[in-house]
Order: sequence, then structure tokens, then C-alpha cells
Amino acid sequence: MRMFAFAKRNTKEIIRDPLTIVFGLGFPLILILLLSAIQANIPVSLFEIQSLTPGITVFGLSFMTLFSATLIAKDRGNSLLQRLYTTPLTPIDFILGYTLPILPFAVAQSGICYLVAIFLGLDVTVNILFAVLLLVPCGIFFIALGLLFGSILTDKQAGGICGALLTNLSAWLSGVWFDLELVGGAFQKIAYMLPFVHAVEMERAILVGNFAEIFPHLWWVLGYMIVVLGVAVLLFLRQMKKK
Amino acid sequence: MDAIKMEGLTKRYRDVTAVDALSLCIEEGEVFSLLGINGAGKTTTIKMLSCLINPTEGDAYLLGKSIRKDAAEVKSLIAVSPQETAVALGLSVRENLELICGVHGFSKEKRNAKIQELTILLGLEGVLDKKAGKLSGGWQRRLSIAMALISEPKILFLDEPTLGLDVIVRSELWNIIRSLKGKVTIILTTHYMEEAEALSDRIAIMKDGKILVCDTAEKIKEKAGTENFEQAFIRIAKGVDQ
Repeated sequence: MRMFAFAKRNTKEIIRDPLTIVFGLGFPLILILLLSAIQANIPVSLFEIQSLTPGITVFGLSFMTLFSATLIAKDRGNSLLQRLYTTPLTPIDFILGYTLPILPFAVAQSGICYLVAIFLGLDVTVNILFAVLLLVPCGIFFIALGLLFGSILTDKQAGGICGALLTNLSAWLSGVWFDLELVGGAFQKIAYMLPFVHAVEMERAILVGNFAEIFPHLWWVLGYMIVVLGVAVLLFLRQMKKK
Repeated sequence: MDAIKMEGLTKRYRDVTAVDALSLCIEEGEVFSLLGINGAGKTTTIKMLSCLINPTEGDAYLLGKSIRKDAAEVKSLIAVSPQETAVALGLSVRENLELICGVHGFSKEKRNAKIQELTILLGLEGVLDKKAGKLSGGWQRRLSIAMALISEPKILFLDEPTLGLDVIVRSELWNIIRSLKGKVTIILTTHYMEEAEALSDRIAIMKDGKILVCDTAEKIKEKAGTENFEQAFIRIAKGVDQ
């Protein structure tokens, strides 16, 4: 299929970028190891492995936005897309071709984080599989966000906004590093209007087997996923027409 | 059948008319050059003909298929080598060629045969496994043209194919274009007058979105009253009395 030829190319471009390995896999693993070491010396409930790992896996997904946004913005910048727009590839081929290759990275990243967490003392249960499974809509949300930014920004802008701003925002507003109740007020309200903290609380609930508690967080994640994906598709199609 | 038939093809951006009611026929197998100063409407015309942008008015038919109504079919007939080098920089030369074969839905056998054929035609044997991003501008341009040709287009758009290349590489690319004459309809845009004169069966000179003259290089020189094609272009583009 035509789309797979395009997706295969995107997979190769991502794998060959050292940024993928450093930020995609290395950084979340360093955080798990570092925060677990802190937890071992100064116990903080937030950094207990069953609480920390779901947060790190969600935080790690924010790098998927960086990968997809940079790839699309670079392609827009060097005329490759212009060439490909004159081939029989359809708009849906482009959107799937950019989205699907990053999804396995997201799942692999989460899987590796959980493997390291097991090594650090996380109980091995079937819930880990459910937790990785529920990360798929989170992953699609972050990848769609990359499609959105990649459609409107240059690769340098995408690197700055997705690499610095988004990763920090998703970290602060997710309750991974500090309890949002400690800050409270407008900050907490804003955080709960965004999907990051819902994704983390959903993951924490599923990991300990509290299936009922994944709601309403799952709805927030799915809602954001659908809206962001819809806007991303519209913006991608708009820049396609502009070409 | 005409390879390309334009009927009142027009593109307006708010109050600017980039291409103004072009009506023109280009024969199959012809090498046809579009010349003009910057902003004349050459690239916009190519973008409309290759279905990258929609015309505001009018239509064009590529081997009988409308760019407005049959865009998918038009895309299966054409290939474009854009002004900037449009290659995947992180992939090898071979992988770039495989990508284009893949998006055109070629079988594995056809893909391998086409890669071998284009590698020989464009002299890419020595760089086949090198990353495109590591190649010089001239090699990237060769690869870009190979990527355009590998889909077996009936109509090939070459937008400034030799821009910024040294004399030797340019002459090699001219030979490649000459070798395609009669087999593929080629629409060429260039700023190099000698290139248009040496390669084209016919040349159209555009200004402000309109075609000022469309003929062979010899007849254009005759009309402008000069022996030199560059002088002829300058006279016509400046609107000097002929």
C-alpha cells in the first residue's frame, strides 16, 4: 500500500535521528532512576515506583509531539512534501503515514519504562499490560499535537515549542513532580481542564487495579485526543492546500 | 492528443493576478520552456498544472484529464522536480527511489528494475547507498530528477532544474533532458536563457501572469529582431518595440 511506503520512510527518519534515542528513551529512564534514588533516601509518596512510573510514561509521550512536529515541519521546509503532494498519495495517507510510525515508539518507550520499574521493585501484574494499552490514546493525543504544530510551525519553532514549552507544561500540569493540591487555586483548576493530569491519574488507577477510577479521566483523554486530532487534520489539510 | 491544453487558466490571490487567462496547447513529447522574470507566474502555472493549487478560473487538461475534476488521474500521469531539491535527506539514494516507487504502488520486481534503469541513466551507481543529505547539490539534483522520472511520467515538470549547479553538472543534466525528448513531455522553467534555447522545442515568455510570446527560439529571435536569444528575451520582457 502507498501509505506504508510513506510510513516506512518516516520510521527510518525517526530511528536515524539521535534525538529519538536520547529524549525518547534515555531521558524518561534517567528520570525513573534518579527519582527512585531520591525516593530511596528521602521517601516521598509521589515518587514511589507504582506512582512514579505512570507519570513518567505519560511525560515521556510528550516527546512524541516533538518527533512528529519536527519531522513534518522539516518536510514542509525542504519541498519533499510538495513533490509527494503531486503523487497519488491521498490526504489520509499522509496523516496515517505520519501518525502510525510514531505509535510503536510510544508503546516501546512505555514498555521499557515499565521494565525498568519492575527491576526497581514494581509488582509484576497484568495491570501493566492494561496501563500500556491505555497509553495508546494518550500517545495518539501527543502525536496529533505534533501533527498540529508541525503543520503551522517551522522546524526550529517546533523544536522550541514542543521540545521545551510543551514538555515542561505537560510535566508541571500533570501532577508527576508535585501534588497539584499543594498549589491549588487557579493552577489546579487549569491543570484539571487539560488532559495531562487525567492521563496520569488514569494510568495510576489502572496500574493498581482500580478500574472504576479510570473514569472520568479516560473521557478527558479521549475527548482531547479526538479534538486535537480533528484540528490537526484540518490544519494539515489547510497547509496542503496552501502548497 | 495534446499533452497539455490550458483554457483560460487563471490564478488570483486577493487583488493580485498571478496567472492571467492562459490558453495554450503543448504537444506530446515536446520540451516546452516557460521563461519570465521573477513573479511572472511560471511557478504558479506549474503548481496549477500539477494539482498543487486550484485555479481561480479556467481549466487545464493533461492528456485529456481535467486538473479540476480528475486530479487523482492527473497525478498518476505527471511528476514534478520542484525548484528546491526535494529529497528525503535522512534516506539513502536507493531508499529515496524506493519511496517514490512505493507511493506509486510498484511491485517489488518493477521497483528493482526501475531503480536499476534510473541509476544507470542518471549515473547514480557510485552514490546509491549514500545518504542524500551527505551529497553535493549537483548529486541531490540528479537524485531529484531520478525521483521524478522513476514513476514513468507522461508529463514531467522541471522547475529550475539546474539552478546553482556548475557548468559540468549542468551540461550533464542537459544531456539527460535531451535523451528524454520525444519520450516524455517536459515543461521546463529556467532563468538560464541558453538552457531554454538549447533544450526547448518551443518557449513561452511570461510577464505579469500573461504569455507575451510563444514560439521556437529562432522565431522569437526573429520577432525581437536580434541574433541573441537573451537580447530577444530582454526586449520582449521589457516591452521594447520590435
